[in-house]
Amino acid sequence: MLEGLIGGLFNGISIGAVLLIVALGLAIVFGLMGVINLAHGELMMFGAYTTFVVQNVAKSIGGIAPDLYIFAALPLAFLVAALLGLLLERTVIRYLYGRPLETLLATWGVSLILIQFIRSVSLPMVIGLGIFAVLFLVGRWVLTRYTDWERIQAWANPVFLGLSAAIAVLAWILIGNAGSAKFSRAWFSTRNVDVTPPSWLRGGITLGDSLQFPSARLFIIVLTILCLVAVYWFLNGTAWGLRIRSVTQNRGMSACLGIPTGQVDAITFALGSGLAGIAGCAVTLLGSVGPNLGANYIVDAFMVVVVGGVGKLVGSIVAALVIGITTYLVGSGTVALLFPPTGFFKPAVDFFTFFATTSMAKVMVFALIIAFLQVRPAGLFPPKGRSVEL
Amino acid sequence: MTTDIAVQPRRAAKASQKRKLMIEAIAVIAIALILILIMPMLLTGFRLNLLGRFLALGIVALGIDLIWGFTGLLSLGHGIFFGLGGYAFAMYLELNTLGEGQLPEFFGLYGVTELPWFWQPFNSLPFTLLAIFTIPAIVAGLLGYLVFRNRIRGVYFSILTQAALVVFFNLFNGQQKLINGTNGLKTSTSVFMNQQVGSDGMRMFFYISTVIALIAMYALCRWLTSGRFGRMLVAIRDDENRVRFSGYDPTAFKVLVFAVSGAIAGIAGALYTVQSGIISPQVMDIAFSIEMVIWVAVGGRATLVGAVLGAVLVNMARSLLSERFPDVWLFFQGALFLIVVTALPDGIIGWGRRQFGSMVSSALGLTPTDVPYASDSDSVVEAVPEFAEK
Repeated sequence: MLEGLIGGLFNGISIGAVLLIVALGLAIVFGLMGVINLAHGELMMFGAYTTFVVQNVAKSIGGIAPDLYIFAALPLAFLVAALLGLLLERTVIRYLYGRPLETLLATWGVSLILIQFIRSVSLPMVIGLGIFAVLFLVGRWVLTRYTDWERIQAWANPVFLGLSAAIAVLAWILIGNAGSAKFSRAWFSTRNVDVTPPSWLRGGITLGDSLQFPSARLFIIVLTILCLVAVYWFLNGTAWGLRIRSVTQNRGMSACLGIPTGQVDAITFALGSGLAGIAGCAVTLLGSVGPNLGANYIVDAFMVVVVGGVGKLVGSIVAALVIGITTYLVGSGTVALLFPPTGFFKPAVDFFTFFATTSMAKVMVFALIIAFLQVRPAGLFPPKGRSVEL
Repeated sequence: MTTDIAVQPRRAAKASQKRKLMIEAIAVIAIALILILIMPMLLTGFRLNLLGRFLALGIVALGIDLIWGFTGLLSLGHGIFFGLGGYAFAMYLELNTLGEGQLPEFFGLYGVTELPWFWQPFNSLPFTLLAIFTIPAIVAGLLGYLVFRNRIRGVYFSILTQAALVVFFNLFNGQQKLINGTNGLKTSTSVFMNQQVGSDGMRMFFYISTVIALIAMYALCRWLTSGRFGRMLVAIRDDENRVRFSGYDPTAFKVLVFAVSGAIAGIAGALYTVQSGIISPQVMDIAFSIEMVIWVAVGGRATLVGAVLGAVLVNMARSLLSERFPDVWLFFQGALFLIVVTALPDGIIGWGRRQFGSMVSSALGLTPTDVPYASDSDSVVEAVPEFAEK
C-alpha cells in the first residue's frame, strides 16, 4: 500500500514537473507581460530539435560525448529559443502590447510558420533567408541614413519588405533547382526523429520490490527544480529582475523613473522563450521529437497558468503539481481502486474506470478545473490590487 | 415650426435607412440567386461541392463574427459546436441507412451488441433536426454561463474554450466503442430521404440548403446586431464595466449570444458534414478552430458580409495553394495571421470601406455612416492610460 502510494505520488510529481517546466516560461511571459504566446510550444520544439542536432554531433565525435551531450544541449537549447524569442518580440509582439487577443492570433501565425520551417528547412532556404535579412536591413540602413526616413516610412517599409522577400524567395527556388538533390534536401524529415538519451538516463532506480523511478523522470524533476531556483534568483536577486518586477507592477511609473521598459520586455520575453527551449530539451528524454511536438503540451501548460493565477510563480508550481497528481491518479485508475467494487459503490467504480485512460483523464481534469474556477475565478494566487479588471 | 425642424432630419434619416435596407436585401437575394442558379452551370460537380463546403464554413464564420466582432469574445473552441452539429446529423444518417434492428457496422468491430442510449433518439428526423442546433446551443450556453458568471473574460475565456475543445476532441477521439473514435462517421454512403447522400441529386440538394441556411443565418445575425440587442453587444465589447455600472447584466447577454453562436456553428457543422462525406474528431482540432477566427479577421470583424467573404476566400486560397504547393500553405497561412493582425486590422471589408466607402454610398444615394471597429483597447488606451497596463 505504502509502495503504491509513493509510486503514485512519484508518477504524479513527474507529470507535474514536465507540466511545470513547460509552463514556467509561459507563466513568466503571460504573468509578467500579459502576452499570450501560442508559439511557446514551437519554441519548445526548436529546443528539442537543437538537442537532436547536438546529439548527432556528439555521436559523430564518439567517446564519452554521447553520454554528456545533454549538458551541452541544455544551454544551447536555451540560447536558440531565447534568440528566436528575442527576434519574435522585436519584430512582432512589441507592436501588439495591450492587445492580448491580437497577440494570440499573431503568435499562432508565428507557430504555423515555425512548424513549416522545421519541416522544410534546407540549405537553399537558409541562403534565401540570409539574402532577405541582408537586403532588408542594408536597404533600410541606407534609406534611414540618406533620405528623409520619417516622411517615406509609411510606404517604404512595406515596399522594402515585399521586394526583399520576393528576391529571397526567388533565390531560394533558383538555388534549390540548380543544386544537387543532396544540397537542397530538407534537413529534418516531416516524420518524428528519435533522440537517444545518454546511457546513464536510460535505466532507473529500483527501491524495494515494485518501486521504480526512471532516471529520465528523476532528471526532469531535478532540472525543473534547478530552473525554478534560477528563475527565482534572477527575478529577486539581480538588477534586471528588479526592473522586470517593477515594470510588471507599474509600467508607466517605471518608465518615468528611467527604466528602459522596451529592453525589459525584450529580456523577459527572451527569458520565457529560453525556458521553453530547456523544456523542449527535457521532453526529448520522454519520447520522439516531431514538428507537432508543441501542440501536445501547450494547452496543458496554459491550464497550469490559469489555475495558478497570474503573476505569481508559486501558483504555477502548486497548480502543476496538483494537476499532475490528479491526472495520474485518474488516468491510472487508482481512484477507481479506492472503492470496493461491489454493491453500493459499483456506479462510482464504473464512473472512474470510464475515465481511466490518459486522454479521458484530461476530460476529468478539465471538468475539475472549471469547477475550481467557479470558486476561485482568478486562480490559486490572484494578484492583489485595486484593478477593475480581473 | 420647431417640431417640423426636429422631425425633418429624423424622417430623412429613417428614409435613408429604409433605402439602405432595401438595397441590402436586393443584394443578398441577388447573390443567393447567383449562387443557386448560375454557379451550378459554371462549376463542375467537384468545385460546386467545394463551394458548398466553403459556404457552410461561412455560416460558422457568421457565428464567430457575432461573438468576436460584435461582442469581443474570442472563442477558440467553435470546433466543438461545429462537430456536435455534424455528429448529430451523421448519427441520424447512420441509423437511417439501416434496416429495423440493425446496428451500424463499426459497432460489430468492437463487440457492441446494443445501441448505446444516446444514439436512440437519433432514430427520429425531427429530433435530429432540432438537436443539430439545440445541443450545441446548450453546451455553449452551459460553458458560457460557467465562465462568464465569474467574470472570466478576454484571453482567459479564449484559453478555456481552447481547453474545452481539447477535452471534446479527447472525448470523441477516445471512445471507439461509442462513436467510432478516430475513424469518425462516414456519411457519403448513407441514405437520406431514400437517396444516397453522396449522389449528385443529394449533393445539389445540400448545396441549395446550404445557401438558404447561409441567407437565413445572415438575416438572423443582421437582425440581432442591428437593434438594441446589437448595441448592447457592441457596448459589452467596448466597455463591459460601464455596461455593468449602467445597471445591465452583461453575463446574460454574453451567455445568450454565445449560445446563439454555438447553434449557428452546429447548423454549419451538419451541412459541412454531409457535403464532405465524413465527420471525424479532426474537426475539433485546435488549428481548425483558430482558422475560423482568421476567416473573420480576413474578411473584416463586425461586418457580417466580411465573415462569409473571408471564409470563402481563405478556403479557396487554401484549396488552390495546397493542391499545387503543399509546403507553402502553412507559410502563407502564418503570414496571413500576421498581416491581418498588424497591417489590416479591419480586414478586406474595412479596408474597402475606407478606400471606396464614400464613393459607393454616394453612388447609391445614401448618407455615409462609418462605424469603425474599436480594436480591443486601442481607443481605450488613448483615452484612459491606466488601462494600458493590463
